Amino acid sequence: MKHVVAALLLLASLSPALAVQPDEMLKDPTLEARARNISTGLRCLVCQNQSIDDSNATMARDLRILIREQLAEGKSDGEVVDFVVARYGDFVLLKPRFKGTTIVLWLAPFLILGIVLVVAVRKRAKPAADPLTEAEKAEIAALLNDKSGPTAKLPQT
Amino acid sequence: MTVELGHFALILALAVAAWQFAVPLVGAHNGYTSWMEQGRTAALIQLLLIAFSFAALTNAYVASDFSVLNVAENSHSAKPLLYKISGVWGNHEGSMLLWVLILALFGATVALFGNHLPATLRARVLGVQGAIGLAFLLFIVFASNPFLRLVPPPIQGQGLNPILQDPALAFHPPFLYGGYVGLSVSFAFAVAALLEGKVDGAWARWVRPWTLLSWALLTIGIAMGSWWAYYELGWGGFWFWDPVENASFMPWLVATALLHSAIVVEKRGALKIWTILLAILAFSLSLVGTFLVRSGILTSVHAFAVDPQRGLFILLILATFIGGSLSLFAWRAPSLKVGGLFAPISREGGLVLNNILLCTACAAVFIGTLYPLALETLTGDKISVGAPYFNLTFGPIILPLLLLMPMGPLLTWKRADAYAVMQRLWWAALIAIAMTLLVLVFTQRGPWLAPVGIAIGCWAIFGGLKDWMQKAGVGKVSLNTAWARFRGLPRAAHGAVLAHAGLGFVVIGVILLSVWKQELITVMKPGDTKSLAGYDITFLNEEPLKGANYDGVSGVFRVMQQNSEVATVKSEKRSFRPSNMPTTEVGLVQGFFGDVYIVMGDAMQDGRSVRISYNPLASWIWLGASIMFLGGLLSLTDRRLRIGVPAPPRPAPPAMALAKPAE
Repeated sequence: MKHVVAALLLLASLSPALAVQPDEMLKDPTLEARARNISTGLRCLVCQNQSIDDSNATMARDLRILIREQLAEGKSDGEVVDFVVARYGDFVLLKPRFKGTTIVLWLAPFLILGIVLVVAVRKRAKPAADPLTEAEKAEIAALLNDKSGPTAKLPQT
Repeated sequence: MTVELGHFALILALAVAAWQFAVPLVGAHNGYTSWMEQGRTAALIQLLLIAFSFAALTNAYVASDFSVLNVAENSHSAKPLLYKISGVWGNHEGSMLLWVLILALFGATVALFGNHLPATLRARVLGVQGAIGLAFLLFIVFASNPFLRLVPPPIQGQGLNPILQDPALAFHPPFLYGGYVGLSVSFAFAVAALLEGKVDGAWARWVRPWTLLSWALLTIGIAMGSWWAYYELGWGGFWFWDPVENASFMPWLVATALLHSAIVVEKRGALKIWTILLAILAFSLSLVGTFLVRSGILTSVHAFAVDPQRGLFILLILATFIGGSLSLFAWRAPSLKVGGLFAPISREGGLVLNNILLCTACAAVFIGTLYPLALETLTGDKISVGAPYFNLTFGPIILPLLLLMPMGPLLTWKRADAYAVMQRLWWAALIAIAMTLLVLVFTQRGPWLAPVGIAIGCWAIFGGLKDWMQKAGVGKVSLNTAWARFRGLPRAAHGAVLAHAGLGFVVIGVILLSVWKQELITVMKPGDTKSLAGYDITFLNEEPLKGANYDGVSGVFRVMQQNSEVATVKSEKRSFRPSNMPTTEVGLVQGFFGDVYIVMGDAMQDGRSVRISYNPLASWIWLGASIMFLGGLLSLTDRRLRIGVPAPPRPAPPAMALAKPAE
């Protein structure tokens, strides 16, 4: 935490300011909302893991203004993001695009979950060394259902 | 002079650590009783030496002895005393010293209170602790020494980073390190058990309190860090999925899994091998967390190369402990006896699922944190992995866990009836749904996540409540008997309820703050009033500000609701000496249902830029985390954990006790 913040504030100190400034906001509230939405997904390139929406850095401000200019020109959200990515590369996206180099990134957590669940179920499904006969099973079921037995009086924990 | 004594004590501690590592382990292997006993003596001497060394460094900080390089780089004579002290661990070298101090403290605790442990197990645990201490002390003495002198000494120090000069952050590292290092005890027990070749209920009973302590400390440490981020960084965020945060979150997730699986080992003798593995993983992640944050590798791959000696040292320590313990695990674990059969739907089954989900969630965080690093090293491609990734992977994995959580404690051991459990929980589910509908009616529309969050949170909170009532027998026995039963419940049971319910509060706070936050960015002159979320905020005036080691300006804001004053707060812009680094202090009006959060910015043409936000239910996040922490502490005081024997039934409380609140 400290390193990040130290680095981040060092950069911020070059231009002490709030993140989004009143003077850079668009008049049209829907357009402004779209701009905010886009800028929360773009990384401030000179900061640590911070979106340009949160950042105080001059560069983030320039990028915010650029996005707003593009939106005002009538470009769609996708086009604006593509424009920024074309300029700065995939590094600028806080949500990495799903492609060759990120397949593992996106799928691995769910693959791991799937594999672990399958292994756990398989391990459980293994037949016991000495399976119970039908008669034994029936007897156990009867014992378990017998509420008057001594087990029923045990406190439930 | 004191500094040299502290330095010398540290080198002595290094020698003692070698002694604590080698002698008890050899003794336990060969059955030499006197050798095994050496572990206890060494652990106690170790604590004395490191405590002295730490005190010497603290003294140098308090006295502002700038002839010590570490003090000159990180302190300033004008700093308030609290931050002179917290400055000791506010830097790499000092924080490593704090780490070994806590390690020595825990080692000495095992030595002093481990009378019930089998002699060989205790010797091995202390030996493993000695090995960890040895590695860290070698690192400190040879690559990260806080006692180096500076000739000639400067007149003034460079100061501590101003944003770290904050009470919450002053105590954040000790709590976090307490958690990290506490897991070293669980780790030492796991390695010792592998060496012994035996894992039983008594072993689990020893591992559990240490894991519980670590878990509680990590919980509150992480909560403090996020609370600090919320009000100090000035944009109202509380969790950024930053690599540095993830580094502390991963051990927390695995420690949570370990906490639950150790219950199964203790009560049922099952999941032994898995529990050992979790203990190893939890501490491995703590090591990764400690080092990766401190080495700077997470900031950039290149930062690692700036100080190759440190980097190499760190890699060696990680490889030794993680690789070594996993190899030992691969070699010895198959020989451990597996026991305790259970049906898929049972308390054990539920805890297995809990473990699977927590560990996969941790894997998602791990992959997201380290993937960019791996990709850059392998292909040179630079990508970012930010919050959206974690929301989309961690979120869906943790969601089923939250949904199933209230059912877990109501499941019976060995074999349970899921239908019967749902029957007992139906009213908790009903309340959760009712609350959700109520919110939907009153808020009309909004993000779908809001009602889902409320449903999950209420489900957890009321599910916990139901667990309490179930255990006390409310509805089945008279209220007096139920109260007596409630008071007689083991503290661990109360702890579990509090931890689960606390998580419910956290979930509600996190989700609603994220989706219902309202924000206003504007320009205000003194006298202006703006409205947001039913509050009228007036900018009264500006005042010059003069602190112990900073100057600045503060804006005074009055917050009104329906024409009555809620509070008058100040939002400050500070400029710290000697760095001239600016910081903002948020004007924060905290409320149970939401916070008004005011940040004053720069002077503009016609006033000052001001950012006001309304953060609904923000305080629930830290309220919930505190409840979880308290649950952990309460559970820790459980009689069964303190003395290691089953608790005898408590005598019925006298009627007078009815008037007292619950313990």
